[in-house]
Amino acid sequence: MSEAREFKHIGQRTIRPDGYDKVTGRANFGADLSLPGMIWGKIHRSPHAHAKILSIDTSKAEAHPDVLAVVTASDFPAIQSETIAVGEGSEDLFDLTRNLLAADKVLYHGHAVAALAARSERAAAEALSLIEVQYEVLPPVLDLRAAMADDAPVLHQDMFTEGYDKKPEKPSNVATRLEAKIGDIEAGFAAADVIVEREFYTPTAHQGYIEPHACTVRYDENGQSMIWCSTQGHFDVRARTAKILDMDQTSLKVIASEIGGGFGGKTTVYLEPVALLLSKKSGCPVKMVMQRTEVFIATGPTSAAKLWVKVGAKKDGKITAMQGRLAYEAGAFKGSPMMPGVMTMFAPYDVANVCVEGFDVVVNKPKVAAYRAPGAPQAEFAAEMLVSELADQLAMDPLELRLKNAAREGTQTLYGPKLKSVGLVACLEAVKNSPHYQAPLGTPQSGKVRGRALASGFWFNMGGQSSVVINMNPDGTGTIVEGSPDIGGSRASMQMMAAEAMELPISRLKPIIADTDNVPFSATTGGSRTTYATGMAVVEAAQKVVQQLKERAAALWNLTPEQVEYADGVVHAKQGDDQLSVREICQAAEKTGGQISGQANINARGAGPGFAVHVCDLEVDTDTGKVDVIRYTASQDAGKAIHPGYVEGQLQGGAVQGIGWALNEEYIFDDQGVMENSGFLDYRIPLASDLPMIDTLVVEVPNTFHPYGVRGVGETSIIPPLAAVGYAVSKAIGAPITTLPCSPPRVLKLIQDKA
Amino acid sequence: MAKVIFSSELQKLTGEKHTNVTATVYRDIIEQLVERYELLDRDKLLQMAVAIDGVIIHAPLLEVVQDASEVHLLFRISGG
Repeated sequence: MSEAREFKHIGQRTIRPDGYDKVTGRANFGADLSLPGMIWGKIHRSPHAHAKILSIDTSKAEAHPDVLAVVTASDFPAIQSETIAVGEGSEDLFDLTRNLLAADKVLYHGHAVAALAARSERAAAEALSLIEVQYEVLPPVLDLRAAMADDAPVLHQDMFTEGYDKKPEKPSNVATRLEAKIGDIEAGFAAADVIVEREFYTPTAHQGYIEPHACTVRYDENGQSMIWCSTQGHFDVRARTAKILDMDQTSLKVIASEIGGGFGGKTTVYLEPVALLLSKKSGCPVKMVMQRTEVFIATGPTSAAKLWVKVGAKKDGKITAMQGRLAYEAGAFKGSPMMPGVMTMFAPYDVANVCVEGFDVVVNKPKVAAYRAPGAPQAEFAAEMLVSELADQLAMDPLELRLKNAAREGTQTLYGPKLKSVGLVACLEAVKNSPHYQAPLGTPQSGKVRGRALASGFWFNMGGQSSVVINMNPDGTGTIVEGSPDIGGSRASMQMMAAEAMELPISRLKPIIADTDNVPFSATTGGSRTTYATGMAVVEAAQKVVQQLKERAAALWNLTPEQVEYADGVVHAKQGDDQLSVREICQAAEKTGGQISGQANINARGAGPGFAVHVCDLEVDTDTGKVDVIRYTASQDAGKAIHPGYVEGQLQGGAVQGIGWALNEEYIFDDQGVMENSGFLDYRIPLASDLPMIDTLVVEVPNTFHPYGVRGVGETSIIPPLAAVGYAVSKAIGAPITTLPCSPPRVLKLIQDKA
Repeated sequence: MAKVIFSSELQKLTGEKHTNVTATVYRDIIEQLVERYELLDRDKLLQMAVAIDGVIIHAPLLEVVQDASEVHLLFRISGG
């Protein structure tokens, strides 16, 4: 896409095809499927954060009259350490299996140790207490400082830090060290007139999806096994489960239910392989539904991180050097998002000398999972806080400082290539010209202080594999069959892109998410890839349908396809008055060659990076430390907003999650590693009543690789809020914020210390 | 010839910031790099993504490389 185009459907605000079912309660989510003869599965979890398992005695549970199956890690087929490439990323299969059911050690409070299935949910819950596990309790390692200490208890005796020139002699909790650099960092700082430096900390935070993990499964010894579950990627569920249980993928069908939020957290498996094992052992279909507490203590949140950052600049604001050192908690097994943290930390800046060092560190907490732009919010929080501090030291407008150093087309990135056309400058200009940024902050009431800050954000966005089939029906309607679970309104976008390409009314096209048996492979919905990649597949499939429509009409008229043209759902002969509607051509399909359909199986490349700029006004109560956001604007480059309402929704949703992370959300553990706030009453995510309307400024710098110019929008918007909020609090109270969240006790202490 | 630019991590294994390779598809670049730098591991390289002339490609095995292409090997990135 290289020039402005007039669109008929793209850019409209249509009604989402799944909307009615969702608002009426008719939509079927993960826990909504029940099968004849179904029984209930439950997980027995560790009460300790770190302990050796001395023995597991399941005999009493097995003797319970309602219990039909009990499984432990010994029921899994033997699994070797193996990196499996599934979906967007990779995972160590051995670690994944040990996370599903612990074998020799438990590594966090809530770690699954055994599972059973019984005739009723109540019986299953009761029988859990009959499973007897003997532990030798070990000292837990609960934070980065403790984990990286020389004398730290080691979680995995076979883990030696990778990334040093020489293999270390001792095992360590540091799984990986990584360094990325461009230019000459020492020379960059030597050239600086001003240098700022600080260390920051962000907490363990959960995605906070409302729907708990849930599945209903049925094992079939004749190769017809089935999993119904809430997931962002049913093909990945199939791949992981089949690998763990040593099954052929063709013998397992996975159906993605409607999903009540995922945000990255539903890109792996916790229940499905265990449930299928219980089903195999019992001979019955098995349903498993996590309780909220289980979601918090035993599924993957995002990493807590310790972030040291240093920035140098000339007096005129030109940044000469940026340096970071990042440590990310991986949880119980290696694999934090440290790497994308390293790669994105300074991505919004065009700076010649950059160096970032990262550490992936295991601790006795649940294994982390993806969360919207994994790793980027933590790293960019630290960078943005310090850039704002630099602006204050230079007495510059923070927006002008960012404009002066903004990444743009041609900028050399730390992660490798030079940027192509991107929208950071456009986002900064949009904020600069916004009513919000031009308005004064206003005067607070007595006992309150106000602050304003802005922050940028960068995320790569992904492409990847997507498959789409568009089947035309005899009445001229079409079914868009895709394999990307709809986690944010993507069905509407697919419908609109197909309608645009086929020049048909949107109401004539129905998008559906097919199961793994009924559509070719599609990668997980994540990485902000679906509207981009699956959208490209939709357009390609739609174009193939249009070509077939032309061929069929031409055949009926004894013409060649080149002698006809297609417009607005009608094929015309270029000469003469002959014309046929899509309906008429589809009705005649039987006579002209059979079913009309278009299919596209693509591996999309060229996903355009996303940049965002947010500005936040907030008010702090100096008596309580409570922070209220009073005005918030989010600007982001969408490339082209297919459905502006859903793009705005992504910007708003990401902003709200980031604000929650900045203000309230954190895992709180006691000194034995037991989570103390594993419920939404104590783990405080923002409610609609907590926040003002998030104003949005959708910038459109087209991505030339997509036929309509799309860039992913789902993740970038969670990045800027951490620093926009954090630095606004700093400005309000006149004291530096170094630790998130800015919860009332923490903010109040800073106010009191300052006084 | 295509110019292959190494990340600072890969530079530890190659001892060089970049090299020139004659190839028309990415697979041939990998073969030549493995032959040229004994510390490079073919399997690990094949697990990496690549940016060819600024376009990030996650599974680049058969990707066409132009004579003056700039090639960066990247860690594969996942998302949420």
